[in-house]
Amino acid sequence: MIHKYELNGYRIVTDTNSGAVHLFEELPYRMLDYLEDKVPAELPEALASALVPEYGAEAVQEAYGELRELQEQGMLFAEDDYAQFAGMMKGSPVKAMCLNIAHDCNLRCEYCFAAKGDFGRGRMLMPLEVGKKAIDFLIERSAGRHNLEVDFFGGEPLMNFEVVKQVVAYARSREKECNKNFRFTITTNGILLTDDKIDFINREMSNVVLSLDGRKEVNDRLRVRVDGTGSYDAIVPRYQKLVAQRGKDRDYYVRGTFTKYNLDFTNDVLHMADLGFDEISIEPVVSDEKLDYSIKEEDLPAVFAEYERLAKVLIQRKKEGRGFHFFHFMIDLNQGPCAIKRLRGCGCGNEYVAVTPEGDIFPCHQFVGDDRWKMGNVLDGTFDLQEKEQFAASNVYGKEDCRHCWAKFYCSGGCNANSWQYEGDILKSHRISCELEKKRLECAIMIQAALAE
Amino acid sequence: MKQIKTLNTVNLKESAVKGGCGECQASCQSACKTSCTVANQKCERNGK
Ligand code: SF4
Ligand code: SF4
Ligand code: SF4
Repeated sequence: MIHKYELNGYRIVTDTNSGAVHLFEELPYRMLDYLEDKVPAELPEALASALVPEYGAEAVQEAYGELRELQEQGMLFAEDDYAQFAGMMKGSPVKAMCLNIAHDCNLRCEYCFAAKGDFGRGRMLMPLEVGKKAIDFLIERSAGRHNLEVDFFGGEPLMNFEVVKQVVAYARSREKECNKNFRFTITTNGILLTDDKIDFINREMSNVVLSLDGRKEVNDRLRVRVDGTGSYDAIVPRYQKLVAQRGKDRDYYVRGTFTKYNLDFTNDVLHMADLGFDEISIEPVVSDEKLDYSIKEEDLPAVFAEYERLAKVLIQRKKEGRGFHFFHFMIDLNQGPCAIKRLRGCGCGNEYVAVTPEGDIFPCHQFVGDDRWKMGNVLDGTFDLQEKEQFAASNVYGKEDCRHCWAKFYCSGGCNANSWQYEGDILKSHRISCELEKKRLECAIMIQAALAE
Repeated sequence: MKQIKTLNTVNLKESAVKGGCGECQASCQSACKTSCTVANQKCERNGK
């Protein structure tokens, strides 16, 4: 399977099963229209009669020879022989956990998927006891995995920071005896960030996600406090301080959401870059189509054009020596993850789970609150292994649309939660999300082509 | 080659044979929390 597209003056051809990416001149690119799923030994009649008059027999022979060569090297129309790895798509140890440390929030962001912080389950902070039990659960279920990840999430985790600190201390105290290495991350809206908390986060957290939507007027329209006032002025200086003091080897992301209200989100990304942040992520809002601010089918052309604009600006800034990272355009064509990881998908409900303040286990943070998907509880030790297998099977080869999608090894099968919420089936892909994902990937690959010149 | 330039030397199939150790970051833990992309994740074993 191949995918070909033209973008920003480049003719790009990706070969799905090998992962190879090629830049084509016009002639071989046009030849692909005459080839089904292989380059036959003999030049196809239709191809020759269409292209020889225009380009000449010699050029056509040369280009055809190059296509044949790539195919022989396994870099074009490579066979799909991943079925042999199906056995690796069964249940895996649990090694990552989203700890919903606070089902409460001090902001009331319009688009919050957590129903303004409490996931529709009532405001509650996680007691330390539950946090410890969650760590025990993770250690126990992680079998031979060495690196374990815990993300403090909410609601707003800083509203329960004492427990965050104690859970970290508890996990660290068990690292040695259990031969585990904990990596902590935290996602915050910044309102409660103080110097103390900044120090702790910079010391203990391998990644921190700082929520900000970009320009003040954009941020303050949807990221509002309980009294309706905006959050921008309070949080930006604190984020700048945190990032300035953070070790260069440690990750962070300033992360925003774009909605129909700011389809010119490149300006928000650039605004964040100009504030001094160089690790930036902006994601399309995930919401019911009926809501005003939702990204709808009809908005796709505008969003696509905006992604292209952002990609071009990013190339230009990189070339000027003032580049920054945009999460969804980061791609390492040579050294990305192994194919097994790419096939397995996000790991939701299988190697990754979310735990609520009550200790309830859900497949991931986006399933929290939907009791149909509750998998167990860390206090009483229940854990539904059948449901876990169901999620393990929700990988690229378990999803009909994904199996035939050129982007499967980059995307790994989309978001089960979106699929459930908008398609009613975790195995069915969500069209708008797929279209956005594929566009981002096309841009990301194009950026690599431009920077390789 | 004159008319085609290949940008990478990756071999996904080989990576499958040696891969799958599960030590790298779960993709939704990194930054987004709303979607799945793995191509931008790092392999824990690269450079080792
Ligand atoms: S650490 Fe590397 S080899 Fe192991 S699963 Fe992740 S990407 Fe694959
Ligand atoms: S989720 Fe969509 S974009 Fe991703 S692999 Fe599946 S069909 Fe392709
Ligand atoms: S289902 Fe979606 S939100 Fe949940 S872990 Fe997977 S990609 Fe992330």
